[in-house]
Amino acid sequence: MDLLTNILGAIATIILAFVVGMSYGGIVRKITARVHNRLGPPWYQNFIDAYKLFGKTTAIHHGWMQIMGPAFLMVSSVVTLMFVPVLNNGGWFTNLNFKGDLIFLLYLMVFGPLGMALGAGQTGNPNSAIGVTRGLSQMVGFEIPWVMALVALMIQFNTTTITGLMDVQQMSGTWLMFSSPFAFIAAVLAMLGMFRYSPFDIVGAPTELASGPVSENGGKFLFTMMSSGSIFSFVKLTLYVDLFMGGADNLIILLIKTFSIYMIPVLYGIVSPRYRTEQAIRFFWGWPLFFGILAILYAAIF
Amino acid sequence: MINDKNSQKIVDIIQNWARKHSIWVLAYGTGCGAIEIPPTMTSRYDAERLGVRGAATPRQADVLLVTGYLTTKTLKRVIRVYEQMQDPKFVIGFGSCTINGGMYYDSYNTIKLLDKYLPVDVYINGCMPRPEAVLAGFGKLQEIIAEGRANGAQKYKDNLEWYKANQKKIIPSLLTTDYNW
Repeated sequence: MDLLTNILGAIATIILAFVVGMSYGGIVRKITARVHNRLGPPWYQNFIDAYKLFGKTTAIHHGWMQIMGPAFLMVSSVVTLMFVPVLNNGGWFTNLNFKGDLIFLLYLMVFGPLGMALGAGQTGNPNSAIGVTRGLSQMVGFEIPWVMALVALMIQFNTTTITGLMDVQQMSGTWLMFSSPFAFIAAVLAMLGMFRYSPFDIVGAPTELASGPVSENGGKFLFTMMSSGSIFSFVKLTLYVDLFMGGADNLIILLIKTFSIYMIPVLYGIVSPRYRTEQAIRFFWGWPLFFGILAILYAAIF
Repeated sequence: MINDKNSQKIVDIIQNWARKHSIWVLAYGTGCGAIEIPPTMTSRYDAERLGVRGAATPRQADVLLVTGYLTTKTLKRVIRVYEQMQDPKFVIGFGSCTINGGMYYDSYNTIKLLDKYLPVDVYINGCMPRPEAVLAGFGKLQEIIAEGRANGAQKYKDNLEWYKANQKKIIPSLLTTDYNW
């Protein structure tokens, strides 16, 4: 019985993440269009795109690793989703939580892009290879302030679980974005790179690299990547809300909080042109790194 | 149950509806027609509200938009691009040059009728067709997709010998690949 509840809970969480992530993607397209003074596609356009991609035939075969690449992405997104609590106090299904899951999460979030890098490498497309090198360089850039922010939180509150950090916020009544502000700033600056909107869309730059690592993938491969990307963006937003904004008591509050924090990379991205790779890395190793170090000092001293 | 004819019909209707509202275009900008694509996509005419958006590579695209004349040199590339696209795929011939050669009607190195080499679903005529005409062309394509009449790719498979013979007449060095559809 317990196992059955767990499995059903996992499936419900995946469906929630898929629907919310896809809708957010559509709303972002609409917002982008409004900023460009266009009418824009309807908010459910991403669902139509996904359904159409799923209905396409896929007669591409470059080897098994290419097929495994999107699967790696999907598995990584779903497993990451299982570790992030959706609501406070077990309000949603508690899927998988254990001591030290924040450290495990740091490793897990890199797993999908690495698998995708292997898959893209096998397609033999030069655009994919350039996209992979750019993506991994950018990841080296934004992972450092991100890890520093999380380590600062772990030092400050003596816990390595996400639920532990959520309990701290429940108990004290203040969000962590106020009680450890430097970690929040570092994490938000790292988030700009994590979501890969402009100016950090150097990986899949459509006109420059022909969409980079995914350039040889069409049809069902693209559907898998699109849906795993949607799930992963929901995971990241929920993680930010859990860590810095005091979690959420019900789904409506979760949606409001995740959407408002999602607007930071989106709105910054709409009005920005694209960085070159070295500019992006220089950005992340500048102020975000400074705030990361400040966060650790703040956590260690106070 | 799933395989009987009526349920297949319902699935087709839903799929055609999705295809109609999500058209990813690979603009093959060989000719002057490519200059009409940016105004079609940007704020004045905004093709994205109809679900039309650009695709970066042939693998992801649904529609091949051949904008303008094709020289014998570019025909080779456009055939390769078309064959890399995944089913279901459609071709739009853009501008007079794809219909009868247009202003290049007596040129020695451009092809005159695109339909002899690739199966064209919709033509947009004019030299140049304005963005309104391009949107009308997309509307026509949506119409025939919804009715299930946009079967150019099937025509290409059925008459492969004829198409290949025509292509070889223009490009003697065309390497034909083995197909196992």
